[in-house]
Amino acid sequence: MEPDATVDLGSGDIGILNFAYALEQLEAAFYTQALEMPYSGMTDVERRYLTDVRDHEIVHREFFKAALGNNAIPGLQVNFSKINFNDRASVLGTARVLEDTGVAAYNGAGKYLENVDFLVVAGKIVSVEARHAAAIRDLLQPRTRFFAGDDVVNENGLDIVMEPGMVLAAAQPFIETRITANNLPK
Amino acid sequence: MNLFKIIDDIQQFDGEYVDRLEYASRRSFMSSFSSKVAAAATPLAVASILNKATAQATLPQQIVDVLNFALTLEYLEAEYYIRGLNTPGLIPANTRDVFDQIRKHEVAHVEFLKSALGNKAVMKPNFDFTAKGMFPNVFSDYPTFVTVAKAFEDTGVRAYKGQAPNLMSVDAILEAALRIHSVEARHAAEVRIILSILTNNPRIEPWITLNEGVPAPVYAGEDNTTHAGVDITGIAGKSKEIITEAFDEPLSKEAVLAIVSPFIMM
Repeated sequence: MEPDATVDLGSGDIGILNFAYALEQLEAAFYTQALEMPYSGMTDVERRYLTDVRDHEIVHREFFKAALGNNAIPGLQVNFSKINFNDRASVLGTARVLEDTGVAAYNGAGKYLENVDFLVVAGKIVSVEARHAAAIRDLLQPRTRFFAGDDVVNENGLDIVMEPGMVLAAAQPFIETRITANNLPK
Repeated sequence: MNLFKIIDDIQQFDGEYVDRLEYASRRSFMSSFSSKVAAAATPLAVASILNKATAQATLPQQIVDVLNFALTLEYLEAEYYIRGLNTPGLIPANTRDVFDQIRKHEVAHVEFLKSALGNKAVMKPNFDFTAKGMFPNVFSDYPTFVTVAKAFEDTGVRAYKGQAPNLMSVDAILEAALRIHSVEARHAAEVRIILSILTNNPRIEPWITLNEGVPAPVYAGEDNTTHAGVDITGIAGKSKEIITEAFDEPLSKEAVLAIVSPFIMM
């Protein structure tokens, strides 16, 4: 995939699945790089969580690629030049944002899926992303309220939610490939 | 309860349901009430608007049933943490904030679901947290308390996931349920971390490996590897442990009720 190419996610359920596939590509690439150049002082539990999370995101990515078949968007070119992979706070802070955003993205996209099987799959994945988010947050602030902090869960006990367009705008700085989502359900 | 958040939630309801607001369409509601006026409105008034927004009278029975099922589980969880936190010496100081945060969310879920259901909300049952003697030390032995908490949270995740297909006809309610679902998953992960440390068992990860865990019915079927008709056994060269951790599985209403019914006094 050329860095200056444009990729359109498509429409309907395919578009939403490609949206998820794009996010999973981003997450998998981030953790892969984080473990290729681990920050100094990475503890055993940090390495265990980051390795498991990396592998889960790779499984998600490959699942979407297989499920989408010919409709899958190509592999995306990522850009993590703004992340200092030598710095624990930078890596875990980015991981937290990626996982919280993943939760928000699936929570916001579920209502657009028309095929019930795809909705169930999205449900199977979003709760794992939420487990990741809580685990990463626990590494940052162990055994506090932060795992499901008031910054992500509102007064009605509802988790964050984002529309696909907002998620893509937030993710685009990490993706060289220009993604268009003009045909996604709204 | 934060009024702005409720109003925010009303605004997120889809157009069809907003159109059903008889006396306060979203547009006229927001234009005729400044934020300050809205903030001054009584909780009762806001609740009644929320009721109209979710249009109880027109909510399909199927959705009322799902929300009442969810409400029953939330009553169970909320009372469990309230009782645990009120039991002197049970929860150590270093995990108290975690359980208090979970309690706060479960109480909020109860209130949210009751608001959505209005006069169709079921009453809170009486609970027996020993589950007819299965967990006699649930409020005196901390590891037992955490084990039951883990079972409730992991079951809650599976219960909401299993009901999502039944909420597809009303986008706003599906979205709210998904947002509760992921909060339950955050709870589950954190409780699992606490239990892993407490029992010195690294096999208890924040995510569910294969169908490991007790009580066994809570984890039955979690080792599934086929999703939307795609069998991903061996995908990307990953182990079955990793592949099953990457996907949480739904549970039917019947299976959930079989798990929680020993805790409910009839």
